[in-house]
Amino acid sequence: MVDIALEPKAARRPIREATRWDLLRANRNWLGFWFMLPAMAFLILFLAYPLGLGVWISFTDARIGRPGHFIGTENYEWLWDDSIFWLSVFNTLLYTTIASAIKFAIGLYLALLLNENMPFKAMLRALVLIPFIVPTVLSALAFWWIFDSQFSIISWSLKQMGLITENINFLGDVTWARICVIFANIWRGVPFVAITLLAGLQTVSPSLYEAATLDGATSWQRFRFITYPLLTPIIAVVMTFSVLFTFTDFQLIWAMTRGGPVNATHLMATLSYQRAIIGGTLGEGAAISNAMIPFLLAAIMVSWFGLQRRKWQQGENND
Amino acid sequence: MTDLPTSRIDLKAVLSGSSAAAAKDDHSEGMSYLESVPRRLVTLYLPLSIIVIVLLFPFYWMALTAIKPDEQLLDLNTYNPFWTWNPTFKHIHKLLFESYYPLWLWNTMYVAVASTILSIIASVLAAYAIVRLRYRGAQWVGGLIFLSYLVPPSILFIPLATVVFQYGLFDTPFALILTYPTILIPFSTWLLMGYFKTIPFELEECALIDGASRWQILTKIVLPLAIPGLISAFIFCFTLCWNEFIYALTFLTSVQNKTVPVAIVNEFVDGDVYRWGSLMAGALSGSLPLVILYAFFVEHYVSAMTGAVKE
Repeated sequence: MVDIALEPKAARRPIREATRWDLLRANRNWLGFWFMLPAMAFLILFLAYPLGLGVWISFTDARIGRPGHFIGTENYEWLWDDSIFWLSVFNTLLYTTIASAIKFAIGLYLALLLNENMPFKAMLRALVLIPFIVPTVLSALAFWWIFDSQFSIISWSLKQMGLITENINFLGDVTWARICVIFANIWRGVPFVAITLLAGLQTVSPSLYEAATLDGATSWQRFRFITYPLLTPIIAVVMTFSVLFTFTDFQLIWAMTRGGPVNATHLMATLSYQRAIIGGTLGEGAAISNAMIPFLLAAIMVSWFGLQRRKWQQGENND
Repeated sequence: MTDLPTSRIDLKAVLSGSSAAAAKDDHSEGMSYLESVPRRLVTLYLPLSIIVIVLLFPFYWMALTAIKPDEQLLDLNTYNPFWTWNPTFKHIHKLLFESYYPLWLWNTMYVAVASTILSIIASVLAAYAIVRLRYRGAQWVGGLIFLSYLVPPSILFIPLATVVFQYGLFDTPFALILTYPTILIPFSTWLLMGYFKTIPFELEECALIDGASRWQILTKIVLPLAIPGLISAFIFCFTLCWNEFIYALTFLTSVQNKTVPVAIVNEFVDGDVYRWGSLMAGALSGSLPLVILYAFFVEHYVSAMTGAVKE
């Protein structure tokens, strides 16, 4: 009896203690760490570190090829009295507000139009997205040519129609230059807004509209009380992205006007490029680009609360 | 950051259906049959065609300018500017054989492919870990990655220029190959997280019981099922790389190293009044590769776009 009871115990191999190596291989936290490593390495080395470094540089008098010394908030004080900087802030806000508002209006309208039933629907939708696919700089060059002071096709057409007698100096006049860059930005942004909102629209069931029509709702009421509330969450996200990317826009301005005429189209991003890379004063440029951060944070907060509200509306938990 | 009600977006439907996805659920037919043809003409076809024409006109103008002879470009009164009867390939020839254009094209392609591949590998691993390993703090890391998507290149390029200089990468393709992933990884991780969530985890449980390691599960089960997501992420990242401007403008100085967008803006813009032809030829041929890619993968583009927004 005793032998039988003891024998299996002797035969059984002693359970091995989990070694450190096993932990590294199998523990889910360690595994997670290994899987995250490449992405984190990139993001820390080339995103988080430069972000911090940028803040540091803005407190130094660094120039290209020369590490700077700490000079406190001198760069910011300098900017505070710099009328060109304030002009660029004004331009950026103007550009962002007008372009985003119009992008939203036209984008939503286009999405509603594309949601209708019609022939060649798929092809139309594919065509609409092309401005978004083509590199911004290259389409900005096309606009540069379209808005040329001498050979502009728009001036020519208006002259043929007898509406104007002289060429319009599109990119040389302060107001016109602003209108032109805003137009080009809208042109590029509308497809993105339209296609993403279209994706949202397609989840709205037609039976809701049928029910509302039976109750005597007009088409405006159907839009206002069915389409719009159901789209709010996706609108919040799309518009946050749109505002963020418009606010920090660089390439369109750089290709079309380089900030001119007389700084009328300088955005904060182009001004910081001009001061830091062309002018060589890295510290001042960094201060200008850091001045964008509060605005970006505000936009992100709006997005965050938009998301919260959506969660609350849908009554879903986080998964 | 969670699944929207729109998370069941039917991608085919975004391109070709109208509310088809939603209509299928409750068998409703829509009310478009109530509208008469003349009414639709004014409320639908007219505004739609105006918008589409405005959206596409710059491309037409680009293409037309690229093949017009110089004297027609600058004389709007003798010739009808909207069409040309004697196209010339002079500008395109000049672009291809008298400039570094082929080299720039190769640079752009090389940088875009390399950084896209790097980012996709990093994001596949990261997305899988966040969604399925659910290590401690995974939710937080997901949120941080989303936040890093919102950090724009315009506030990073100055410090990055000094970093790139310190690492000795200035004016080499590696300056771009290593910095582009900071734009691409957040986006593609977020997109792939969405795809991985849709793969039933019962499959993985089975594999775990059969003794597969996490690595085997990822390569043999999850990745083959996520191929549409991978294609979307790949072509969208590729487009973003191609489109990127400010880093390429700042980090590259020698003419031979430049990418297409930067090179065309900087090298073709001189005082010459006859530059427009070759400038537009450059803009056109710089956009064509992307448009062709787009033509083949329209659905994947749309899914990448809506995917980035819905998550």
